Parts: sequence; C-alpha cells; structure tokens
Amino acid sequence: MRRSAGIAALGALLALVAALPAGADPPPPGIYANAGSSSAGGTPSGRAARGYALYGANCATCHGSRGEGVAGPPARKGVGDRPGLGPPLRGVGAIAADFYLRTGYMPLSSPSAQPSRSHVLFSEKQIDAIVAYVASLGHGPPIPRPHPERGNLSRGLKLFTEHCAGCHQVVAEGGIVTGARVPPLEDATPVQIAEAVRIGPYLMPRFSKQDIGDRDLDSIIRYVQYAKHPDDPGGWALGHIGPFPEGMVAWLIGGSLLVAVCLVIGRRATS
Amino acid sequence: MIRKALALGVALLRLWLWRPSPRVEEPPRIVAPGEPAPRAELLLLALLGCASACAVAFVVVYAVDLPRPTQLFGLCLGLMFAFLASALVLLGKRLVPDEEIEEDYPAPEREHAQEDVIGIVEQSGDRFTRRRLLKVAALGTGGAVSAALVAPAVSFGPLFHTSALDRTPWRRGRRLVDDAGKPLRAADISTETFYTAYPEGAPREDLAAPVVVVRLDPEELRLPAGRESWAPRGILAYSKTCTHAACAIALYRKPTFAPTQPGRALVCPCHYSTFDPATGGTVIFGPAGRPLPQLPLQIDGDGNLRAAGNYSGLPGPSWWGVRHR
Repeated sequence: MRRSAGIAALGALLALVAALPAGADPPPPGIYANAGSSSAGGTPSGRAARGYALYGANCATCHGSRGEGVAGPPARKGVGDRPGLGPPLRGVGAIAADFYLRTGYMPLSSPSAQPSRSHVLFSEKQIDAIVAYVASLGHGPPIPRPHPERGNLSRGLKLFTEHCAGCHQVVAEGGIVTGARVPPLEDATPVQIAEAVRIGPYLMPRFSKQDIGDRDLDSIIRYVQYAKHPDDPGGWALGHIGPFPEGMVAWLIGGSLLVAVCLVIGRRATS
Repeated sequence: MIRKALALGVALLRLWLWRPSPRVEEPPRIVAPGEPAPRAELLLLALLGCASACAVAFVVVYAVDLPRPTQLFGLCLGLMFAFLASALVLLGKRLVPDEEIEEDYPAPEREHAQEDVIGIVEQSGDRFTRRRLLKVAALGTGGAVSAALVAPAVSFGPLFHTSALDRTPWRRGRRLVDDAGKPLRAADISTETFYTAYPEGAPREDLAAPVVVVRLDPEELRLPAGRESWAPRGILAYSKTCTHAACAIALYRKPTFAPTQPGRALVCPCHYSTFDPATGGTVIFGPAGRPLPQLPLQIDGDGNLRAAGNYSGLPGPSWWGVRHR
C-alpha cells in the first residue's frame, strides 16, 4: 500500500520534472506533501523552492527527483528513462552543493565524466537557490568560513606535503592519478579549498576535522594561496617544480648549444 | 678660384700625408701574406662595439637599482660574452692568417739498438730456476688482489647476505602509531581517507616500517583465502613501500560515487603502480610485479590497532627471485 503510493507520487514527480523547462515556476506545494520524504522536512523557504525548480531542470536526471540519487541501471532508471547515475544528495549539505556549482564541476556533461573546473552557467542567485534547496534535503554541513590569515605558512607546507602533495604536487600544480586528472589549485578560492578538503570531491580523500583540524586547514589554505604566487626571481620558472627540470634544461638545451658552438669554432675556415 | 683652392688643398694634404719611405730591405716574410679583409674588420669592430655597449648597459643597470634586475644583469653579461666570443671567433677564422704544416716522422736513428733491447728482455729471465712456481704464485696473487677489490660489490645485492631484507619491525601485538607517536584507534579510521602508520618503538627508517592504513566496507573485501581475519571492521594495512622501486605509496583514490567513478586504489606516484586494497593489494595497473604485502591487524581491548603478525610477503622493492622466498 505504502509502496504503491510512493511509486504513484514518484510518477507524478517524474512527469512534472520532465515537463519543467529551466527556470519554470516552483512546483505547487502539494508536491512537497505528496513526496512524503522524511528528510525533506518542513516547508522549504521561497529560495529553496526556487532552487527546486532549477534542481528539477538541471540536476534531477542523475541525482533523483528528490535528491535520493540514481544508483545505476540495475536499480532504477532516471528521468526520461535515461540511465542517469548520480549519488544521493540527502545530507551532503550546502558545502557540497556550493563547491560543485561554484567551481563549474556540475552540471556534468556525462554521468561518467570527471567533473572539472569549467564556466559557471548559473547566476549567483540561482546558485544560492539550488544550494538552499540541497541543504534543505537533510542535515548537512554548512559552507565553511576559513581564515587563512590565521594559518601558519610553514606548517601549511608541512601539512600540504603530508596530505595533498602526493596527488596535487607540492606546488599545487596538479598532476594525474591512474584513471583521472588531479586539478591544479591555481583558481581555487580559500572557501573552495576548505570545501574540497571536507567533502573529498570525485576521487579525492575526504578529511574530517579529526584528520585535519580547522586551524591546520587554515594553514593549508594559506600555503596554497602562497603557492599560487611564490617568491619568483623571474626567468623561465619551469612550473616551479624545482631543480630536476632545471637541470634537464641546463644539460639538454644548454649542453647542446655549447656543443653547437664548439662545432662552429672548430670548423675549418673557408678561405 | 674654387679649382685653385681645391688643388692647393690636395697638395697640402699630400704633403701632410707624405712619409719618407724606409730604405732598409724588409726581411723575408715568415707568415704567408693574405688578402686584406676590410669587411671582416668592420664586422669585428661592430661586434666589439656591441660587447662594449652591453658592458656599459650592465654598469647602468647596476647603478640605476631597478626592482628586479636579475634578468637584466644576466642579459647584459650574457650578451656581452656572446658578442666577445663571436668577435674572437671571427678574429681567429677570418683575420689571423693560418697555414698547415706537416712534419714527417724522423727515420729511426739506430736500428741495432732495438735488437739490443729485445735481447736484454729475453736474457733477463735466465737466472730464475723455478719459473713455473713463480708464475703460479704471481697468478695467485693477482687473483687474490682482484677478489679483494671486487668483494665489496656483494653489498650491492642480496646474493649472499640477505637476512636484512627479511627483517621487519612488525611483530604480533605491536601497536600502530601515527607520525607523532600516537596510537591509531580503530574508531578514528575513516573510510574516506588513508593514514600512514609506524610500528611503536621501532626504527621508522626501515623500508618495512611504514604502513598505509585504509578502511573499507567489510562487504567490499575480497581478500585471498587465509586472510579472512586480517581486516577487523574492514580496516586494512599494507606496506607503504612500493614493490616496484620502493617509492612511498602516497596517493589514495577514493570514489565519491562508485558506479560512475574509478574504484578505490593505492597509487605510487613514481611510476603509477596501482594496487587494489580490497583484494589484498593486487596490482591493477603499472610496472609493479607483485602485490603490496599486507599486514594482518587486530583491535585490542582499548580499541587500538595492533599488528596480528608479519607481512604476507617481503616488503620493499623486488629483485630476482623475490617471489620464491
């Protein structure tokens, strides 16, 4: 009985969401009541309701009509019979929605693509609305407010080396891990760095406050900010990776040049 | 009028330029006369001028005290030396005359002296009575000296003395501690990240000492037979030293949403050997030839992680025959 009611409610929702053009009016209040989700909780504010309209048009295909996620083809098909694949968003909180939307990681072009930093299509207001809606789905962490100015730069370097540099490289230039790219951090804002550490986007490990405390996180952010603009004596920086590529350039390019000069000097003069 | 003045001027100029030609006979030339090369001289002058200009520019940059003059210093000095070097090359190649001289080997002066030397060498060994014994002794000494020189090379490899490679600081009951020496508690190990741990009270520099600790859902585990009890509550420990070239396993791949993303893996940053923690550290990508050795774990009464024995294989890089030990 309950199950069939749930399926009926879902069917109504799917039909509604599929029909929703981007930026349509918020769904009627009845939908919220009918969905009967315990985590939806209370009556969402106006902003969250606006966010739901945007969510339905842009996110529901993969994350489910009420943020319950679409686990994959064996479990259930997504909106419009597409095998939409995405994790549930209940309880992820404003922190995750804010990170994925403001970095342009979401919406994703294909469910199996690696999210990467790209042009943000939503306006500030629209992002605020979607973040409010996703936050209303469950009790998740809020957007962090880091204070990098309180951090310690040398401790930040030590912590970054320990926890982050394995993938992101010690100068935060990014790299690869088998099967995926590791993004450079040059465009990451302090808030986004704090968010990424706490939510562990894509393949990145997630660090709780027990693993990395807030003060240590401030130090890490301060170091990353520093690494974007290190004290640079100028010249060809070679990605600030250090003496190894510098030696390669010196030996390969400089050495070849010297050999070429020797050849020119040693050649018999044509008179 | 103008013509007259011009003629006068020319005459005066001639008078001024006139020198009495020296009467002495010039000695015969040693160096062959060459064609004068006015264009090369002009080029040489230009190069020297450029070098001087760069030198002056260096002084100016030094005096002006610009905010970041390092590149300008380098540019001035570098160009200065480059111009100077080009000038010298030009000088040597185009302006200083050169010629080739060949000298034949002198004919051997005393041919009989060579025969004498051969005779001396042949007859010097006449006074030895036990020639064969001495030869054997000399050969033996040569062999012994060579052995003494080569012997230290044994330290390069595990040919003779390999017990150090079998030694690990892990014993049954030894606690896992973090970088600061604090014991790792099972309850604090999250499934979302990875930890580095060391044996309590043992040297950490040992290749076998550091382990990487991860936690998986126990249902995800597909450990080889006989290791069923090695991962209490899904907590696993593997040697942090890559079995390929002994780099530290510093990368952990943790999918946020498993159906669409690459699976969990421990990755070595040197050559991207990739190991699956769920299946006992088997290699899923890269040059490593054998799995990461797994350390069996147990949880004591206080909730701390302890080793429940020693590794499943030899920790550290691989060598010939490592699989047979």
